[in-house]
Amino acid sequence: MADTSTAAPATGQAPGRRGGRKLANTAMRLASPLAIILVWQLASMTGLLSPRILAGPSEIIATAGRLVASGELITGLVVSFLRVLAGFSIALVLGILLALVSGLSRLGETIIDPPIQMLKAMPFLGLLPLFILWFGIGEAPKIGLVAFGAVFPIYLTLHGGIRGIDKKLIEAGQTLELGTFGIIRHIVIPGALPSLLVGVRYGLSVAWLSLVVGEQINASSGIGYIITYARDFLQTDVIVVCLLVYAIMGLLTDGLVRMIEAYALRWRPEVIA
Amino acid sequence: MSTLVDIRKLHRSFGGPAVLDSIDLTMAPGEFVALLGRSGSGKSTLLRVLAGLDTAPAQKLELPVRRSVVFQEPRLLPWKSVIENVALGVRRADARTLATQALADVGLSHRVDAWPLTLSGGEAQRSALARALVREPKLLLLDEPFAALDALTRLRMHDLVFELWRKHHPAVLLVTHDVWEAVALADRILVLDQGRFIKEIRVDIDHPRRRDDPRTSRIEAELLKELGVEPLHA
Repeated sequence: MADTSTAAPATGQAPGRRGGRKLANTAMRLASPLAIILVWQLASMTGLLSPRILAGPSEIIATAGRLVASGELITGLVVSFLRVLAGFSIALVLGILLALVSGLSRLGETIIDPPIQMLKAMPFLGLLPLFILWFGIGEAPKIGLVAFGAVFPIYLTLHGGIRGIDKKLIEAGQTLELGTFGIIRHIVIPGALPSLLVGVRYGLSVAWLSLVVGEQINASSGIGYIITYARDFLQTDVIVVCLLVYAIMGLLTDGLVRMIEAYALRWRPEVIA
Repeated sequence: MSTLVDIRKLHRSFGGPAVLDSIDLTMAPGEFVALLGRSGSGKSTLLRVLAGLDTAPAQKLELPVRRSVVFQEPRLLPWKSVIENVALGVRRADARTLATQALADVGLSHRVDAWPLTLSGGEAQRSALARALVREPKLLLLDEPFAALDALTRLRMHDLVFELWRKHHPAVLLVTHDVWEAVALADRILVLDQGRFIKEIRVDIDHPRRRDDPRTSRIEAELLKELGVEPLHA
């Protein structure tokens, strides 16, 4: 993702010139999206693109302003955010617990890993009807769907991370007489942290995706409810605004994890450099 | 003479022929012993047993409680700073002070707060030495600790290890395949082959030992012959 685009190769040029070149590069990369928005705007203005199909950019911006001003969007956003927070927290705790048990003991792995691998194969969004049958149409099926979707990436990456820890470091820990608990605390957990953070970022994107799907069904609040309502009234501008909000929330939570990553993994040379 | 390490009839096999074939080993406190052998001679297995990383049946296995290991790779935890690595597992209130002192002893005072992945090979291995010595071991186990270093760094490390040994005076078991390393440092040299000691040489030459000294050359030649290598100048 952005990792690759921000990691500019060290060209050994003067910083000023490199900065200028980076700026020019960014401008070039922005040119094509801007052109698309311009064409989109022109199509809307000339009537080529009907607002029933897709509202124009200027209209979308105006609607966004109106929705923010009325407080509708913010209220909906808070509700949606709390759903993701609740569901993702459950997934995080559950995923870490399962991965620790399964990663640290052979018996745990035999018991836990096969069923998780089986459940993982299921398209979890398809479970929504079952979730509604089990949990009704309140908050529970939405939060449950978010938790269910996000738990797999967290479990899988952390489990892989624990299994992939350098056995030589564990031996070193034994010679330092750290004991089992000390080895888990000083070697296993910090060693698996990079994998866990990858899982957290991936899990968050799944969480937002699950929420979008969960909120389309029987929501009486949240961003999904605004979308459902707008659909009934053919308000494509409102739908696009809501989709943009989902996207922005996804980017923001991802950015938050990246900040945690930059701090927690500051020992890595690529972060130091 | 009191003994620090006393091992009788230590036997280890991994299913096939014995890797350690009922060997005996005694070491006096503060004695510097080098263990030479070809790859697969069982020298690393012996060191792992002494380090407590492997268990093997023996008639007698007497070891000091305080032992430290330096491996071929530094094995520092990359997510802890150099000083945190050195102080790790030292259960004393002044662990940090001790670690600072240990790092000063190996000449790394300027790298105390560095991340291990930013160290050079020699610096990393010196940190590993500091980590081993901060625990004031009675027995220091060195498993080819300089094998991965360049020749110049290796020679400097020999001097450092010798200085540290003089200062702290632990018994040292140095596993190596570098014959000169063994001759330069050790009081006694053992050659291990197919799980048995086939040669024992006492090196009664004052330090610093010079490579052009005929006595060291003679021992070197003898050891190389034992290892199946005829020196070019012989």
